[in-house]
Parts: sequence; C-alpha cells; structure tokens
Amino acid sequence: MTRIKAVLQALKANGRKALIPYITAGDPHPDHTVGLMHALVKGGADVLELGVPFSDPMADGPTIQLACERALLHGTSLWNVVEMVAEFRKRDTTTPVVLMGYLNPIEARGLDAFAAYAKAAGVDGVLIVDVAVEEAPEIAPCLRAHGLDCIFLLAPTSSAERIAAIAHEASGYLYYVSLKGVTGAATLDVGSVAAKLDEIRAQTDLPIAVGFGIRDAASAAAVARIADGVVVGSALVSQIEKHQNEAQKLPELLRAQLAEMRAAIDDVAVPERLAS
Amino acid sequence: MIYENLPDARGHFGPYGGRFVAETLMLPLQQLEDAYNQLKNDAAFRAELDRDLALYVGRPSPLYPAERLTKKWGGAQVFLKREDLNHTGAHKINNTVGQALLAKHLGKTRIIAETGAGQHGVASATIAARLGLKCVVYMGADDVQRQSPNVYRMKLLGADVVPVQSGTRTLKDALNEALRDWVTNVDDTFYIIGTVAGPHPYPMLVRDFNAVVGREVITQSQDMLGRQPDALVACVGGGSNAIGLFHPFIGNETVKMYGVEAGGDGIETGRHAAPLSAGAPGVLHGNRTYIMADANGQISATHSISAGLDYPGVGPEHSWLKDIGRVNYVSVTDDEALAAFHECTRVEGIIPALEPSHALAYAKKLAPTMSRDAILVVNLSGRGDKDIFTIAKREGISLT
Repeated sequence: MTRIKAVLQALKANGRKALIPYITAGDPHPDHTVGLMHALVKGGADVLELGVPFSDPMADGPTIQLACERALLHGTSLWNVVEMVAEFRKRDTTTPVVLMGYLNPIEARGLDAFAAYAKAAGVDGVLIVDVAVEEAPEIAPCLRAHGLDCIFLLAPTSSAERIAAIAHEASGYLYYVSLKGVTGAATLDVGSVAAKLDEIRAQTDLPIAVGFGIRDAASAAAVARIADGVVVGSALVSQIEKHQNEAQKLPELLRAQLAEMRAAIDDVAVPERLAS
Repeated sequence: MIYENLPDARGHFGPYGGRFVAETLMLPLQQLEDAYNQLKNDAAFRAELDRDLALYVGRPSPLYPAERLTKKWGGAQVFLKREDLNHTGAHKINNTVGQALLAKHLGKTRIIAETGAGQHGVASATIAARLGLKCVVYMGADDVQRQSPNVYRMKLLGADVVPVQSGTRTLKDALNEALRDWVTNVDDTFYIIGTVAGPHPYPMLVRDFNAVVGREVITQSQDMLGRQPDALVACVGGGSNAIGLFHPFIGNETVKMYGVEAGGDGIETGRHAAPLSAGAPGVLHGNRTYIMADANGQISATHSISAGLDYPGVGPEHSWLKDIGRVNYVSVTDDEALAAFHECTRVEGIIPALEPSHALAYAKKLAPTMSRDAILVVNLSGRGDKDIFTIAKREGISLT
C-alpha cells in the first residue's frame, strides 16, 4: 500500500478529513523549504503538496506565480526540490509528499529519470497540472511503474465521461478544483461543489480532495463537510509573501495558520453522510 | 500528402501540438473544437466569413511585383504578398474576423486576446468594436512601452489594455494572463488566440483562417504568371502568417519554403527568439513544440527588435514541418532586419513592419542564389507605422 493510501484510509476509518497544505518549494528561499514542511506537519498536515516552480504557471493565479518567481530567483530546480524531499524524509517517514508542477521542467530532466529520483527521495505522488487525461497515456504509466501515485485534477466543467477516464488513470486521490479560475481566486460555492462531488463519487471510490478558494478556517470547515480532503495553497503562500523578509518567523506562522484550519476541520469530523 | 490532414483527432502534428492544459480548460476547448468543426463546413458561415474578408478586411490583398528590389538584389523575381494593406495593417485580421464570427455563433459577449506587437490586439479590438462585444487585451508591460501607438489604437477602439507585469513582461506572459482570464470567465468569454500556438484546436483554426493568404497566392500567381512560385519566405514568431502562406502549398513539393526566425543579436549570443533554429522540443502554452528553455526546463527570456517575434515558442505545425524537412527554418539578426526595413522603404516605397523585415532580409540573401526567371514570394505580413518609434529610438533620433 502506498503512503498516500495508508494515510487517507486511516483518516477515513477514524471519520477524519485530510488537511493538505501546498507551498512552492524554494519560496522564499530554498534553505527554508524543509523547515516549512516540518512546520506544516506540526500544524496538522496529513499530506504535503510541494510546488515545483515554473516560469510560466498558467493555471496558477498571481500569488503562486510570484512564489515561483521568488523560488526561481534563487535558482530552485526540479532536482533541488527532489533533494528537499530527501532531506525532509530524514526526519519524517510517514507524511506523504506530492510534487505539483508543470510538465516542461520534468521533461527537461527526462520523465523516467525524474520518476526514479523522486521515488528514491521519498516522493509519493505527482500532479502535473498541464497533463490532462488525454495526454496521460504517455506519462502516467512511467510514474506508476516507479511506484508514484498519479494525482489528477477534476473541474466543475468535467463531464461524466471525463470523470470516468480520469478516475481510471488516477491513484492516491483526486484533486477537485472547486471553481472556474486559477489558484487563489475568490468565492467558493459549497453547494455546487457538493453536487459535483456526488457525481464524481458515483464513478470512483478514490478519496477526493478539494482545493482552490479555501482561505481560512471557515471555508476549510465548509469543504471538510463534503470532501475527503481540504487543500490550502494560496492562503499559505500569501503569508510567505508577506513575511518573506523575516523568514525565521515563517515556520511558526504557517504552523499556527494551519492548526486553526485543522481544528475547524476536526470539529466537523463526522460528516452527514456517515451520520445518516 | 498525409500531412495535409493534420492535426489528428487529438490535435497532434506528429509528436507536436496536443492539449497540455489544466482540466478546467478541457471542456471549453472541446466546445470550441466542436463548434468549429460544425461551422467550418457550414455554407452560411463560410459566406459570412467571405463577405467580411472581402468588404471589411479588403481581400484579396495584392501580389505585388517588387521590380526594383528584384533588380537590386539580382536573381529571382520578388513578389510581395501585401498583407500590410489589410484593414488594421496586418494579416492578423484574417484570424480575428474568423474567430469573432465563431464567438458570435457561440453566443459569447466578451472577447479577450493577448498581443505582442499589438497588431493582434488591434485586430481583436477592431472586430470587437464592429460586433459590439466587450474586449480585453493582455499585453506584456514591456511591449506596452515599445508599442505605444498600438496601445492607443486599441483604447480608441474601446478595448481595455491590461499591462502584464509578471515574468518577462512580454508576449508569453500576456498569453499566460489571457489563459487565466479565460479559465475564470469561460461562460461568457471567447479567447481569440493570435497565433498558431496554444492548445488544440487553436493551431488548427488560426491556420485555417490565415490560409486564405496562401490560397490567394496560388490563384494570383497562376493568373499573373501562369505558374506557381518557386519559393516562399515568411517570418516566424508564433508562425501564423507563415503557416497561412505555406499551408496551401505544403502538398506541392516543387515550392520551397523558408521560415525566418528572429535572430536578435545573433544566435551565438543567446539573445534571440529562434526556438526552431536554436531551441529544443518542450511543452509551453498548451502544446508540445520547439521552445527556448534552460537546462532546468524554465522558459528563457527572448530578445528581438520585433515585439511580434519575441516569443520563446512556435506553432506546433512548424515544429512538425521542420522535422520532416518540408520547410527550411533560418534566422536573421536585428541588424539585418533593420537594413531590410530601410531598403524596402526606400526602394519600393513600402514601409514594412519589423516582423516581415526579417523575411525581406532573408529574401535578399536567397534571391541572388536563384535564377532570373524564378519566382520568390515574400509575405509582407504587416505595415511598419507602429515601428517607427522603435526604429527612431534605436537610431538615436528624437521624434518628440
């Protein structure tokens, strides 16, 4: 069983929801990333999503684009990111780590070489934002062969056929993009998310994490009521941006920010669908 | 010829093209493809498009015999395809008229576009004004600076011009920003991509709307000269004017084709915008194609005197045509393009844009290697009025 599956199954058995924070590796500086990863675990993270910086992150909003620019300013490469995970693994062998990024930096190093290096470093899953299911046959089998989970995005615009095709290629969990837009966008309509999640669950038993538009404890709790996991990204990255020049404060700030969301999520631990 | 039927059903030109975008964009791209596939064979749609091209754009554009350049260069007879005479002054309008008609048929009320030199932005703003659609144009902040006349034109036409401050503040960043807008406002918004790049179906539909250029050359050449050209030359940034000229000729192997990239300060300096000449295959802006990137896969900053060619990628069909050897891709430097700009202006009384000045600069090298009865067609894809400030500044002349 993969580390992701083990963690998500254990949470489900206890009626709890996964909290999945995202930060961009190398932001504000590559030296801080491993410390921030440990801080996020201390704050209650169940799975970590670590962004691989890319010069042209077209599915991300301005917050994460700026994070990428800060990381790239210090030359953070894909290999650096994998090495950060190896460093993290020296002190944490249980928390799954998912790398999230774009295809070009991975292909520049070679897909197979990347998958082997990432697996050896202790990476558990990979989400390549610009690889939709149509292009996956050339990519996902390689990642799977190395024992990496392939995480895919689902969107409000995904048709039933696409949901089925994506569920077929995916493992670990599915990442449902809660709104039409880029990361860090506004307003989250929990009602329409719930309806779409029912549609997805009709086709797959994979856990579903919901991201985009979750900025505080209240929105995290609202999503926790209906999803298996809550992804928090831009809200944390904004904090990093704000305090980029006092990076020594960041571990505690992020831990505290995440802990609030953890508490809010755990308050709604027993969802209606289990109670009914 | 098999490559005339490309792209395949998944939008691939050989190993290139495709649809490398986040899941959120897959449905709108599919809807666009479906709508286009349905409308492109619809007689009423074709008639509406043809009417717009004739009466609004002013097509066909002349195939002009450049007799004095021919004499000066010595060798092939040089003909200029006068896309600069189109409404708005460039080939870009061929595509925007077509895509705007699609937008209208899809019931969209808002148009967005990215622009480099500003020609595509002006063409989009123009057609939006005519159809009464809202228009937002994304433009790299650096390009806003170097193309101020076009920025003002867009504003006069009622468009909002949004300077993009992220990344390298040029065309690629404008494209990122436009994609973000589209994914957020997909219900009412149509994204008019200005070049043959981007995710499928854009490389196909932008090509198809520009292919009117090559089709006209086939007819005009036959009528005027009784035969087809021996060689075609066009500049390549994203590559829409080039593919528009080349595509109808692809199956005719007797016609040689040359795509001219922006060599900037020279390929050897690394300061250029020539992915086909000096890049490698990668994935950018939703398609697999030749790109300029560093060893870590980060997209490189590009350099060209011409904002319209200053782009690190290129349409996927060009990548395919390069690999199969059907088109020769070459480059000329800023200085060579500038010299050709002046020569065409002085010798023919035609002020070309800096983009096709690259094509002219290569034609100047090519023509003397060809016989005097050979026919060489250069796509004069746009007029140079927008560039006079850039040129004056580079040459140390103050216009204010």
